[in-house]
Amino acid sequence: MMMFYWISLIIVSIGFTGLLFRLVKGPSIADRVVALDAIGISLVSIVALLSLIIETEFFLEIILLLSILSFIGTIAFAKFLERGEIFDRNNNR
Amino acid sequence: MRNSLREERFSIETIIVNILIILLMSTGVIFSLVTALGLIRLPDVYTRTHAASKSSTLGVLCVLTATFIHFWLIEGIFNTQMVIAIAFLFITAPVGGHLIGRAAYMSGIKVADETVRDDMADALKEHKKKLMDKKTTEQ
Repeated sequence: MMMFYWISLIIVSIGFTGLLFRLVKGPSIADRVVALDAIGISLVSIVALLSLIIETEFFLEIILLLSILSFIGTIAFAKFLERGEIFDRNNNR
Repeated sequence: MRNSLREERFSIETIIVNILIILLMSTGVIFSLVTALGLIRLPDVYTRTHAASKSSTLGVLCVLTATFIHFWLIEGIFNTQMVIAIAFLFITAPVGGHLIGRAAYMSGIKVADETVRDDMADALKEHKKKLMDKKTTEQ
């Protein structure tokens, strides 16, 4: 079983490096934000696999935290890309 | 309950639970790999958003469910935060993808050359016309 977890971790890490490639290369900012979002989600599964390998349940609290942080970062970047400011008080679109 | 299944390593329950974990985990790992492949290979931002939101959500969902089942049925720890995290990721990851796609369109990133139809352009034109009509009636 431990061998299986190690192999899964290695495959997810290979996917992670692919996402890093898109983060570095991406032609526009939106590409980089998409890659960053996917990296946050991929990091969550890496933390879950690490907690399975080390056999501790204390890492599981990081999962909720990371998913919330990644979502807030994505929302902030999307609003920034759309209108150039994050907090806006203009309700007439 | 704690460590109840751990002492009898090769009982039938442990084997069934491990088979379930292996099925879920392999599905999740394959979908994670597909996400990376899609982000590298697809031609423009919108198709990449499609890859990054759908398949990565399903992948991480399967991995987290496998972890939750392992900690619940083998170690005997029912972790409630995992359930919240699974529900939260299931709701928010597609919303994030949709928002990035919309922001990319609004900031004027071109669609790929292979695109057949672009409904958003017509919708935006209609919206602008409506706004202009509103302004003229107000004046």
